Amino acid sequence: MQYASQAVAKPYFVAAIGLFVGQIIFGLIMGLQYVIGDFLFPAIPFNVARMVHTNLLIVWLLFGFMGAAYYLVPEESETELWSPKLAIVLFWVFLAAGVLTVIGYLAVPYATLAKLTGNDLLETMGREFLEQPLPTKLGIVVVALAFLFNITMTVLKGRKTVISSVLLLGLWGLAIFFLFAFYNPVNVVLDKMFWWYVVHLWVEGVWELILGAMLAFVLIKITGVDREVIEKWLYVIITLTLVTGLLGTGHHYFWIGTPEYWQWIGSVFSALEPIPFFALTVFAFNMVNRRRREHPNKAATLWALGTGVMSFLGAGVWGFLHTLAPVNYYTHGSQITAAHGHMAFYGAYVMVNLTMISYAMPLLRGRQANSEKSQVLEMWSFWLMTVSMVFITLFLTAAGILQIWLQRIASDPQPFMVVQDQVALFYWMREWSGVIFLAGLLAYLASFFVGGKPAEARAS
Amino acid sequence: MSRSHSSSSAAALPLPAALQGDIAVWIFLLAELLAFGVFFLAYAFARARNPALFDAAQAGLDRQSGLINTLLLVSSSALVAHAVAVVRRGGSDAARRAAGALLGAIACALGFIVVKGSEYAAHFAAGMELSSSTFSMFYLCLTGFHFFHVVLGLAVLAVLWRQTVAGVYRLGDVNGLESGAAYWHMVDLVWLVLFPLVYLMH
Repeated sequence: MQYASQAVAKPYFVAAIGLFVGQIIFGLIMGLQYVIGDFLFPAIPFNVARMVHTNLLIVWLLFGFMGAAYYLVPEESETELWSPKLAIVLFWVFLAAGVLTVIGYLAVPYATLAKLTGNDLLETMGREFLEQPLPTKLGIVVVALAFLFNITMTVLKGRKTVISSVLLLGLWGLAIFFLFAFYNPVNVVLDKMFWWYVVHLWVEGVWELILGAMLAFVLIKITGVDREVIEKWLYVIITLTLVTGLLGTGHHYFWIGTPEYWQWIGSVFSALEPIPFFALTVFAFNMVNRRRREHPNKAATLWALGTGVMSFLGAGVWGFLHTLAPVNYYTHGSQITAAHGHMAFYGAYVMVNLTMISYAMPLLRGRQANSEKSQVLEMWSFWLMTVSMVFITLFLTAAGILQIWLQRIASDPQPFMVVQDQVALFYWMREWSGVIFLAGLLAYLASFFVGGKPAEARAS
Repeated sequence: MSRSHSSSSAAALPLPAALQGDIAVWIFLLAELLAFGVFFLAYAFARARNPALFDAAQAGLDRQSGLINTLLLVSSSALVAHAVAVVRRGGSDAARRAAGALLGAIACALGFIVVKGSEYAAHFAAGMELSSSTFSMFYLCLTGFHFFHVVLGLAVLAVLWRQTVAGVYRLGDVNGLESGAAYWHMVDLVWLVLFPLVYLMH
């Protein structure tokens, strides 16, 4: 750690990991509800478990991004953070808002929560991933703006690099596109159309810029490759992302009542969306192969390479599987979507956050890298979580193919719930894979508590 | 390409040992070409399914404008290539002559925009929209994306011209010029496929 104010990143990373654990627990609960429908009913109905699972994911990823920005920007800008105090205040505000929201989800029925929080003043609730009550949504905007102010001021007073510019572009985009969460047209088609402005333009647009910047930062640090080379790659990747990802939004507009031309535009541009992810993989491996130093933090290197591979598989390949309009005609809203969603979120955004945490946390705790023993445990957690996620994805894909066949293609198509019973075997296997994932996550947590002599750089 | 076939201005040049222009720009160009390529394939696929509609709609296009624009873009590309050759060869008034060629290229690009713009004006006056027909969707998307590339290319050419006038590009330091030129040739190349595909082929 080169600047004292980078220390504000630490609580953000800790909170991120804590909420990650909550997300996985609720994932396991709803995974079980897929096969034992009344598990924990009426205390935690399926829709609530699902809401908590997805909302916790988004909130902890945001904590991770913010922590990453607070860690990365002072070092890139070669100056202290504009206001470390503001960063700490925002941390508590955001954490309180997040926890209160989840308590709200769990304590009262969703309709009551809507009434209590003034949803009738401005109707924003009830949409997937954007379920947050109005006060929470406003809180997110306030926190995001104050955070961006802090980060932007830091960049402005210090050195400007490509990495911090790309990160800023991504973070500003994140805040701006979130504003569509407040726009909720009565027309259901327009409602869905603008809903994607948040959801798609986040994960297949501006978040990719944040991911690229975070990965580039860690790669510079652990490989010692010239900044010039890494920045050039970053330029290529973000250009490809924006060229394919913006119009790629069209792949959500095939069957929701939007004009037919989206079938062509959406198919063509989203078919190209794997390219930036492939470039990311090549980038990560290329940089590590050309490394000019042996960084003692092997675990961070593993996470960085894993991010490249898994984001390409999860977002790129599993996205491409069902992105063409004639294919999506059958697969729309099936378990194929769930399979893609799991591996893409894990491979891209979970892993890039864990890469950043893996690199930065030892430094925040006063050493260049954790002990060999601790790193070995962390690498175990990498493989447990990654391999079990591959299996979750494969089982959901199998469930999806079977579901589509029985429900939409077979000569006598069967109703949704009847089909769900028949694919239960795959849901069981998914759930057991989830248990392994939890084991991996526990190993990950444990790795923070393994002491020992910090690993040192080998002479190369 | 054998040396005897190359133009007189390029004949004196040694063959470049490596890729001309920046590798990152080339990756970008390949991705662009891939995007257009996929769109061309989709066009062919859609056309094969509905030849009558496409024939009728294609007959309504202004081929003369298309031809003029083809000539403008090819000339523009040639002028840019000439500018690169002049700078690479060096000499006392290389910057001045290259800047002149680039100005010519910019004029051609502006001509393209005027001609294409008047075509669009006629289409929109006739009520053409993205959702009028499958053909109009392809026509507007393909030519529209290309049009934006020309506009961006114009900005690139303007930067190249300014840098050339300022004497930034010298013998052995032409990476920026070559990269910009490569982009402009890509825009030209896409049009050379687009024009026959959309305007001419039946």
